[in-house]
Amino acid sequence: VSDAPAVPAAPAWTKPPAQPRPPRPAGALDHAAISALVRERFPDVLDERLDCGEPWLRVPAEQLLAVLAFVRDDPRLACTALHCLGGFDWSRFAPPPAPKPPAKTAPAPASAAPALPPPPGDLGCAYHLGSYALRHRIALKVFTPRAAPSIPSASALFPVAGYFEREVFDLFGIAFPGHADLRRIMCPDDWVGHPLRKDYVYPESYGGVLLKRAGQRFDEGPYATASAEAKS
Amino acid sequence: MSSVELEKDGALMTLSMGPHHPSTHGVLRLILETDGEVIARCTPDLGYLHRSIEKIGEFVDVGQFVVYTDRVDYVCAMNSNWAWCLAVERLLHAAGLPVVVPERAEYLRVLAGELNRISSHLVAVGAMAMDIGAFTPFLQGIAQRELVNDIFEKLCGARLTYNYVTVGGVSHDLHAGGADEIARFLDTLERELVRFNRLITANAIFRGRLAGLAPIGAADAIAYGLVGPNLRGAGVDVDLRRDEPYSVYDRFTFDVPLGDRFAGVNGVQGDCYDRFVVRCLELFESIRICRQALAQIPPAAAKADDPIGGWQADVTKHTRKLPRGEVYVRSENPRGETGYWLASDGGKTPYRVKIRTGSFTALSIFEKLIPGLMIADLVAVIGSLDIVIPEVDR
Repeated sequence: VSDAPAVPAAPAWTKPPAQPRPPRPAGALDHAAISALVRERFPDVLDERLDCGEPWLRVPAEQLLAVLAFVRDDPRLACTALHCLGGFDWSRFAPPPAPKPPAKTAPAPASAAPALPPPPGDLGCAYHLGSYALRHRIALKVFTPRAAPSIPSASALFPVAGYFEREVFDLFGIAFPGHADLRRIMCPDDWVGHPLRKDYVYPESYGGVLLKRAGQRFDEGPYATASAEAKS
Repeated sequence: MSSVELEKDGALMTLSMGPHHPSTHGVLRLILETDGEVIARCTPDLGYLHRSIEKIGEFVDVGQFVVYTDRVDYVCAMNSNWAWCLAVERLLHAAGLPVVVPERAEYLRVLAGELNRISSHLVAVGAMAMDIGAFTPFLQGIAQRELVNDIFEKLCGARLTYNYVTVGGVSHDLHAGGADEIARFLDTLERELVRFNRLITANAIFRGRLAGLAPIGAADAIAYGLVGPNLRGAGVDVDLRRDEPYSVYDRFTFDVPLGDRFAGVNGVQGDCYDRFVVRCLELFESIRICRQALAQIPPAAAKADDPIGGWQADVTKHTRKLPRGEVYVRSENPRGETGYWLASDGGKTPYRVKIRTGSFTALSIFEKLIPGLMIADLVAVIGSLDIVIPEVDR
């Protein structure tokens, strides 16, 4: 027990209220509603997701332009903005961990989602589209085989896709038939390989300039760790 | 980065503007085909600053990658840090992990983000005026930016690349006397902005120079992926801080300025002057947000991971391995919507990081917008679109 005068406690902090905002537009849809609309029109489109996070629609490459035109022009979707177009190389994406054997007392999962057919390849593009008026968004993915990667160009529908696709062409080596000006954009024209592919081999030199210090290796250290993990 | 074959018909002169031209705001090369002073074709040539930050993101863990996001856009490194941490936190939340950013850390993020937006916009409007030939406004802007840098130096030790926002909070609590210092700075800035606007924004020569120059309509702005002040300058009413509030932005009152033919009778909605004025007005809105944040911020607690008064939640056990999933997270940066697409296969490092930046897409409109303008106007257009090259090349 101390004789020091009690310090008056500071008033407890209270959470400030949310400020009024313009209401969410009546036509704003969630992923399930958008997925239903798209799949009603295009039955080959698949609804996919990983263990957590955001779902996407897997679109066959030959239907991509029709689906993009549909989500852009249908007044219920009105996704006029292409927020992001990015390539990916799914070849070393680790499969989900094997499910634990269910405990004997636990009932078997009643309705496990049916396994989706494997995609036609492991390279591809992800399209993140959105509507500024309706304030919803949607993600599409297109897979394409590694042997001859090719996805129709969306640059006629979304002019901004022209630059995004040049980047994907440069860094992943995916061709975009229909693109008016498909050139490398980040790397020099005579660069060898596509750096964002998972099997990319770092060059020893470029234009007579050594890119590695003497004795430096890219197959050890964090690079080796990451690739070994991805392989296992 | 590439070489471009141009037609040689004798009538047009090929002019390589950059990569070391000061008004291209970094190492951007514009290949111009000109007929006298009039540009017939403009081909941006980029990649001089390409560091493949997206590839690096596949080899470092989410905390280490914050340092690289500083280098994505070093004019507003706080916002870049924040956008990445927001993506990681949203992935962790999607997996149901109990990562709670302390309330005080959220306010510190807002303060840091808005102060960095102020300094970024000051550079943007100041440099644009300087590119056109008015040098004093640039010095006025840089002088105020120095004060922001001083605050940040006391806050986290760095003046340009901060590494301040971390997954789960911020790296340091507000320094002693920091709140008063920020409040004093906001008062100074408000006075200085009035002087700035009197000198350049309301200047009849400046306004006449930019009125009706390179207007971008709303439909074009959306189709070419313009974001942020460039999109709002075209009259599209979008601001993610208001429409999809992240952090604690839902607790502040602020307006979203839109381009509205500020240049008067000769102006067109979405012209260079509209984009300039939208940034000038956003400076005042950022001041408003900072003042509200200072009034609302909870007092510091003794422990760093206190859910109210702390500044850094302990997330190490949650980020050692990322959950298997993906998110695409958008946030409102000074140069507009920045998107981080983060996909993880359950490993220690992200499987794929895609950074969508406003400057990269803003460059895509050049080939359409520039032909027919004069070379001196091109300089004004680059300034009005506020292009920052490290963000383009990544």
